[in-house]
Amino acid sequence: MTVEHDTLLWLSKSIGLFYLIGLSVAVMVYVYWPSNKKRFDRAASAILHDEDRPTEGVK
Amino acid sequence: MQVIATLTRSERQWALIILLVLFALGLALMAAGRNDPLAGHGALVMIAALAAIFAVISGYFTPEPGDERLDHYYDEPSKIGLVLAMAWAAVGMFFGVWVAALLAWPDLTFDAGWASFGRIRPVHTTGVIFGFGGNALIATSFYVMQRTSRARLPDQLSPLFVLFGYNLFCLLAVSGYMMGITQSKEYAEPEWYADIWLVVVWVVYFVIYLRTLARRNEPHIYVANWYYLAFILVVAMLHIVNNLAVPVSFGSAKSYSLFSGVQDAMTQWWYGHNAVAFFLTSGFLGMLYYYMPKRAGRPIYSYRMSIISFWGITFFYMWAGSHHLHYTALPQWVQSLGMTFSIMLLIPSWVSAGNALMTLNGAWHKVRDDAVLRFMMVAAVFYGLTTFEGSFMAIRTVNSLSHYTDWTIGHVHAGTLGWVSMITFGAIYASVPWLWKRPAMYSTQLVETHFWFAIAGTIVYVFAMWNSGIIQGLMWRTYNDSGTLAYSFVDSLIAMHPYYIARTVGGLLFLTGTLVGCYNVWMTIRTAPRTSTTGAEPALAEQPLLQPGE
Repeated sequence: MTVEHDTLLWLSKSIGLFYLIGLSVAVMVYVYWPSNKKRFDRAASAILHDEDRPTEGVK
Repeated sequence: MQVIATLTRSERQWALIILLVLFALGLALMAAGRNDPLAGHGALVMIAALAAIFAVISGYFTPEPGDERLDHYYDEPSKIGLVLAMAWAAVGMFFGVWVAALLAWPDLTFDAGWASFGRIRPVHTTGVIFGFGGNALIATSFYVMQRTSRARLPDQLSPLFVLFGYNLFCLLAVSGYMMGITQSKEYAEPEWYADIWLVVVWVVYFVIYLRTLARRNEPHIYVANWYYLAFILVVAMLHIVNNLAVPVSFGSAKSYSLFSGVQDAMTQWWYGHNAVAFFLTSGFLGMLYYYMPKRAGRPIYSYRMSIISFWGITFFYMWAGSHHLHYTALPQWVQSLGMTFSIMLLIPSWVSAGNALMTLNGAWHKVRDDAVLRFMMVAAVFYGLTTFEGSFMAIRTVNSLSHYTDWTIGHVHAGTLGWVSMITFGAIYASVPWLWKRPAMYSTQLVETHFWFAIAGTIVYVFAMWNSGIIQGLMWRTYNDSGTLAYSFVDSLIAMHPYYIARTVGGLLFLTGTLVGCYNVWMTIRTAPRTSTTGAEPALAEQPLLQPGE
């Protein structure tokens, strides 16, 4: 199998470019989606209260 | 054997079956290998399996654990893993000091083939990266995934299989180098049979992680788990692809890579740089995102930023490997691609480092008083410094000065000593009292001692290599009036000598700190808790918030 330089260049400038942009947009939308804020805040502070056994602290 | 008592009867039977299969595999390798070094490794596998069989049998008739075990986390693998990590740290760093000294005083091989630079250098890198780093990652990942998921590991046997199987791999690797067994691929030196074994171990590790997450009692998967999971998944991909090879025969340790020429070089550095990214960065960021907020008693500064940098790091790193091959036969545009992605990587890297340091904002008094938290703070600072340096060195014109010089070695050690080791020691010092139900480490003063040895060692080492590397690079590119090189290679080597001595001293300081740490960890485990243990568990939960001075 030989892949020509031009083919790879085309791939990176088309599909690769949109893949990169698409992924960035998807991540940003997920991160800043307003209803996700509560989940994130809970997750960030949930690790602080202990917890010496499973399911303890689950509300 | 205490650990056998934590297995159920059927798990003990399965353990024996697995070990008998391992024993048979070792026997087969030994028989097929005959006079090949492979036979030696067959014997090593057999001995390891036999020792483990005796251990299981000796604990076989201890009473089974009851169902009350399900009300607790399963921490045996984390405990054993942390002890193994400290042991590998001592061994790996000892070899590091030795190999550093060897460059200053070449007679230190003592005329032994196994002690030559080409053999003990990979013993050092494998010992510290895979032995110390890998065990610390496995141990802390089991610890963190259970706590953040609020779920116990799915069973008792598979985590122990992963831990001991992984250490068998490390042992095969390190002993193989001394016998002259190597694929000659940096950080992927072990030969085909050890590689296949690691794949088996790693797949089980991945499955354990997924099974634990599937049992979680938290709605959201905490970000540390994402980083650990990326580490496990991507390392599996890298390991499998880069080690595709055909053995000369089933009776030979030697194999030939599926790739050749520049494709081989590109595959190797796709592997090599992502080993830095996913083994030495992603997993340790997982550690950082759990232990630092926990120890500081403050949630991560921006949870959103931690997710953005996760995807940035995961995506960009994949493309950065070709910066190891500037000015080679690799097509220019592939080199430029690697360079561009390396520069872009600075953004998610600094977002992570900044996020960690901002988390400490408001807790600086704790950083001042608590050496454990200070280890983590210094780790974040070195993470920021090293990623900046890395992006800078990936630029082609900078690389023309830095490549093949000691600057690269300095950069790597700023990362491994300053970032990876510091966060690991911080995590170990935080975990050990929590795991062994102790109020604190045996001696907070010794943690402080370790911290200053580690910092001093890192700074001496890194400055020695920066100086040495830049002098080396400049000497190699200085021309005289007639247009020929002004210095011979030997001239540059003589100029390096004082720096090689300084580097050895830096490494020795760092090793001393590690040995102090080993003693402290050992004494913490050995010494009975100084305060009353009655009702210790709820009280211990508050421990991370306490400060030595309080």
